[in-house]
Amino acid sequence: MLITNLENIPGQRVMKSLGLVRGHALQQGSRMAQLLAGVQRLLGGELGHYSTLLRRSREKALQRMEVEARAKGANAILNVRFSALAVVRGRAELSVLGTAVVLE
Amino acid sequence: MWEITLFVLLPLLVYLSGTISERNHYRSLAHRERHLANLPVFDDAHTLSTLYPPTTSKLVMGSVVISFDIFRRVMAGLANCLLGRVESYEALLDRARREAVLRMKSEAATLDAALVCNVRLETAHVFPGWRGAPRAVEVLAYGTALVPIVRTRSVTSASGPLEALARRPLAGPTARPALNP
Repeated sequence: MLITNLENIPGQRVMKSLGLVRGHALQQGSRMAQLLAGVQRLLGGELGHYSTLLRRSREKALQRMEVEARAKGANAILNVRFSALAVVRGRAELSVLGTAVVLE
Repeated sequence: MWEITLFVLLPLLVYLSGTISERNHYRSLAHRERHLANLPVFDDAHTLSTLYPPTTSKLVMGSVVISFDIFRRVMAGLANCLLGRVESYEALLDRARREAVLRMKSEAATLDAALVCNVRLETAHVFPGWRGAPRAVEVLAYGTALVPIVRTRSVTSASGPLEALARRPLAGPTARPALNP
């Protein structure tokens, strides 16, 4: 599966557009890591726990989008956008959108 | 006596640790940016059409969450009342953006990409605090890495600019793809 944020791939024509596909993920961090991040937040610097939490949920959202596209019979997802990030009480929530297409 | 310690020494300690971590971060950023300077990054998609087509593309991304230390947050709040520009926020956003782009570039470098195009940066305020002032920011950089397809063709017939780019012994920040040959 080809996943890209380009609108078209030069040299490859889009045979069929299958519409919007979405992936959504919500991840909860552990209580302990949340407490540690709370202390870290006072001191400044990178919050490693939240960095990995968001990265993992972004990967999961991408995976789900890919599953949806595959079910529609697509072989590529173009014009991928990330949106709607919310971090509330150690919970990371985000979604990803793209256009499922069939490339020749 | 203890009150003085609490109200003077503790903020000073936080300020010092914040300054030191900021300096170390800038140093490490400069070092890694030099290391990855030969991987060009573009924010447009038109670069693609001028390049030789046989590539695979892959979405690459890098993200980072960085927080303001409490001392800077308070000082920024004060500065916000008095002055227009909040320098500590600027430094923090600058660090976060550079770090995110670097992580994206290092992901692309592990794929042996020739370049990254259509790069987008997204900033989100996480943990909105008092009156929406951010306590931390998350910056996400994402783009499409173009990886030249390695073929068993002879070098002379592979004359596209991207192949030339892939063949080139990448050296220094001047290494750029040949556009509009």
